[in-house]
Amino acid sequence: MASLDDLKKRISSVKSTQKITKAMKMVAASKLRRAQENAEKGRPYSEKMNNIILNLSNSISDKENSPKLLTGSGENKVHLCVIMTSDRGLCGGFNTNIIKKAKSYFQKILEEKKDLKIITVGSKGYDQLKRIYKDNIIEKISFKESKYANYFDADKVGKIIIDKFEKKEFDVCTIFYNQFKNVITQIPQEQQIIPLKTSESEGSSFKNNYEFEPEEDEILNNLLPKNISTQIFKAMLENSASEQGSRMSAMDNATRNAGEMVDKLTIQYNRSRQAAITKELIEIISGAESL
Amino acid sequence: MSENFSIEIVNPEKSFLSKDNVSEVVVPAFEGEIGILKDHISIISFLKPGIIKIFSGTEKESYFVEDGIVEFKDNSLSVLTSFIFNLKDSDKNYISNTISEAEKELSKDDIDDQKRFLLNHKIEVLKSLSIN
Repeated sequence: MASLDDLKKRISSVKSTQKITKAMKMVAASKLRRAQENAEKGRPYSEKMNNIILNLSNSISDKENSPKLLTGSGENKVHLCVIMTSDRGLCGGFNTNIIKKAKSYFQKILEEKKDLKIITVGSKGYDQLKRIYKDNIIEKISFKESKYANYFDADKVGKIIIDKFEKKEFDVCTIFYNQFKNVITQIPQEQQIIPLKTSESEGSSFKNNYEFEPEEDEILNNLLPKNISTQIFKAMLENSASEQGSRMSAMDNATRNAGEMVDKLTIQYNRSRQAAITKELIEIISGAESL
Repeated sequence: MSENFSIEIVNPEKSFLSKDNVSEVVVPAFEGEIGILKDHISIISFLKPGIIKIFSGTEKESYFVEDGIVEFKDNSLSVLTSFIFNLKDSDKNYISNTISEAEKELSKDDIDDQKRFLLNHKIEVLKSLSIN
């Protein structure tokens, strides 16, 4: 059995761990508020962008000649996956959930004997994937210096993707990220961005007669690259809110667990202290009786 | 009331402006300025660097935009732009900074003709602002 001194040391070390997790939780909570606000504010832009593209692609007359970014390269051989994760750890299942989702997708692709290429955004994703998929990772990007997700970074990622598409390095592009629902729920998402998935069923019912200036194709050609950056930016915003939310609940759990542990150890400490006192008393009494 | 329509300007970070009592909006579309009144036909167009003017009643607001897309449909106008500021809030320093940034960009070699055209245009518009 551990001595009293050992127990005392353990209690104080658990207590200081608890202090750290508590502080991290507070920091995450305040960052979360900001990240959540940003994510919510960013939603209208990407939704509007999507709407406009939907309307455009519905009204485009000859689908044959429409831009490649919309219809795809016509083949379905090389898949590019963009895995968006965080740069910091200690955020519960946040990164693992994305990776899990991505891995099952990788499996499906490899079983269909298609080529797989991976771009990781955020260093944690790279760390987790490099063991198995090292040869598939063609690029790793991380924005450790940026404090908040900003459009400039997203645009950089978008340009890399478009550049690779134009060089015909892949046919289908999918991004993986966590969608922020609330503090305890983040839903890992896979979203195909090239070729763009348009919900056809809805489209046919509201055909709008738009006037275009300049021509439809020209607008689409200009809009589609922007849309990719926008979708990535959206994913980044959702991700950063999810990361903070996930970290907050993980740290909350850790604080609670540490509290339980302190309680248990304190009881153990008190019991062994009392046992020692009782033992001493018995020794004194039995010593006096024998006289 | 009957002559008014709504406008929403969003940039990637947030919804920048939202109004529903606008009587006329002039946007710097790619092929020239377009004035939009109520019941305009549905239109989608690009923006080039320029000034968006929003008239609501007797008020007039002006914003500088660098690029973007406008969509007008069912009497609501949406403007998506990545760079916008209110002319009222900007001072001369800010404008001249933006100009020098654009000039720096322009002096790079690896830009194509379209970009050069847009940058030149942007500088032109900004310069005309700082004179006034």
